[in-house]
Amino acid sequence: MSVGAAKIPVIVTEVVEVNSLIKRFRFVREDGGEMPGFSGGAHTVVEMDDHGVRRLNAYSLMGDPGDRTGYEISVRRDEAGRGGSLYMHSHVKPGMRMLISPPVNLFPLDLRAKKHLMIAGGIGITPFMAQMAQLDALGARFELHYAARDRELGAYMAELVERHGERVHRYFDVEGQAINLQTLLAGQPLGTHLYVCGPKGMINWVLSTATAMGWPKGALHSEEFLAPPVGQAFTVELAASGKTITVGPAQSLLEALEAAEVDAPYLCRGGACGQCETKVIRCDGHIDHNDHWLSADQKAQNSHIMPCVSRFTGAALVIDR
Amino acid sequence: MSLDDFFNDESFFGDYTFKNSPRAVKRFPFPFPEDDYMYSVNMEPHVPGRPGSVFEHTFDVDEHYVAEMRDRARVLKQDPLRCQSLPHMTLAGWDLLELIMESFARDYPQWFSLTKSGNDWHWINRPLNIDQKFTFLDETTLPCGPMEYITRQAQGDFTLQDQREDTLWVEAGMVTTQADWSLDFDIGMNFHQWHAPVPVAHELGVFDRALKFLLALQHGAPVRRFNWTMTVDPLLDTSPENYPKWGPGKTTLTKENIGKRQHLRVELQTLFRLPRSNAIAFPIRCYLCSFEDLVTQPKWARRLHRVVRDLPDELATYKGFIRNRPLMVEYLSQFDDGAPTSPGWWPEE
Ligand code: FES
Repeated sequence: MSVGAAKIPVIVTEVVEVNSLIKRFRFVREDGGEMPGFSGGAHTVVEMDDHGVRRLNAYSLMGDPGDRTGYEISVRRDEAGRGGSLYMHSHVKPGMRMLISPPVNLFPLDLRAKKHLMIAGGIGITPFMAQMAQLDALGARFELHYAARDRELGAYMAELVERHGERVHRYFDVEGQAINLQTLLAGQPLGTHLYVCGPKGMINWVLSTATAMGWPKGALHSEEFLAPPVGQAFTVELAASGKTITVGPAQSLLEALEAAEVDAPYLCRGGACGQCETKVIRCDGHIDHNDHWLSADQKAQNSHIMPCVSRFTGAALVIDR
Repeated sequence: MSLDDFFNDESFFGDYTFKNSPRAVKRFPFPFPEDDYMYSVNMEPHVPGRPGSVFEHTFDVDEHYVAEMRDRARVLKQDPLRCQSLPHMTLAGWDLLELIMESFARDYPQWFSLTKSGNDWHWINRPLNIDQKFTFLDETTLPCGPMEYITRQAQGDFTLQDQREDTLWVEAGMVTTQADWSLDFDIGMNFHQWHAPVPVAHELGVFDRALKFLLALQHGAPVRRFNWTMTVDPLLDTSPENYPKWGPGKTTLTKENIGKRQHLRVELQTLFRLPRSNAIAFPIRCYLCSFEDLVTQPKWARRLHRVVRDLPDELATYKGFIRNRPLMVEYLSQFDDGAPTSPGWWPEE
């Protein structure tokens, strides 16, 4: 199961340069129909044919979930990455046909919350845009704290303030502004849920501060998609399908499995959801466990691997696929 | 065909006038594809199936529709707690309402229609004589909550599961045709808690795998599976709350009346990811067929005999028919000449 639902054929109708690093893309259905409804925090997986390499990248849906005429995503250019974001930036033009997945939500709102407190860093703003539109329509209570490096890179800040007014708080690093997290968390009403999306450092800081202040685990929500890292090519033996494959330097093990037509489940493709978890049968070498799914124990024993983000160096790796 | 001709006028309690027409018997979802039965989660994509079968459409509306909805109203009147929805599940209720209304109107245009202008919706249900204008996502424009509203018009039980903390929580439901479980008891439970009573399955680890599968269930890719049990008399509501009313029936089964009174009860369970709430809807549709009607299909007669005869004791106990098994086997053996059966569960043409 590469998780069931048929891909949606779409046409790119808008490509907008939001700032020097971020572009926004709008997709509508090729057949003119409505997009599936979605919940705030959901992402879609965009399929790219990057000069013969098939790339599948997950991007948060940032539009209003109540609007089924099209989907919007924002892509931050990552110069050092494997090329997915560069492909989106340099090759995707209005009028182009693409395939995207139905929405999947790994960062859902908890609708039991008395209040939703959201903390965003940089491009991590996108899932919150959809969530705030949805909460607004439901009449729920929310507050956003959004930090960016400077005014230029604070994408969508003006629109968000216009839409949600005083519920949006802005912070610019270069102006010496920072979220006063302790005070912010201490002042929240009982039943508040905390959501954070942004760079790794920010997520760790927010979650560890909240935990230290006694926030229950169930009230903390975060989303961090890792970009699959590049590395050395390596070879993997697939015990179940009897194949041996080579993973290229700018390819993930998951992509290599797919290229070899081996059925491999996935959802996030970013080391977070657990769906791609695969048993390791023999590991003679070193696995770079880049995910945040496996336990420290599983990583130390090399009992499992997450093919979407993890790599291998050494003599032999045999996995159960 | 007029509405009155298609829908049966029948009861599921008291005088039990429930019956299956020959057409309904032929399309009964006989749950055994082989002569051996093994507990498994066996989920498959819920895609449209053979024309005329119970999965020709997303939701099956059959000849029992009107009578079942009447029975639901009766049960709810006696026990309003059969329908519950925790406050945060209202959005999921709207998702379910939309799914059912859109499916019914698309698949049965002769009976149902839905017209939309933005959030102003107009719903017509001809078999139940309902004509309702309302505002989508505005509860004050319906006579009751959205889940209750639509499940009073859809056959089968329904539960809605919220997804949090890597598990699923039953937090809303309409349950009036259950096979011996209770919404009031299960509401608020997570996936493993509400499956706790199933023997064997835990050891096989099937629930861990099923949960992992469900957490990844995608919108637009529903799945289905079957479950089955045995019920004496065509009683839809075999709830634990009502055990004193239906339990004793099991003790009055005889060689003479078993063909008429013993029913195979099949649940067609489907699972849908809901779009706006990210919740999972779990419709559980119940089909009943008397032994007497089942044995009109020679393949089913042979196979049912073999399955009932060979089922491990703990499953026969769990399914509540260990006591009457000898009687069942005796009755069914008359129709089993030992001939091989063809694979799959469709009756022989
Ligand atoms: S696909 Fe989500 S962890 Fe690998």
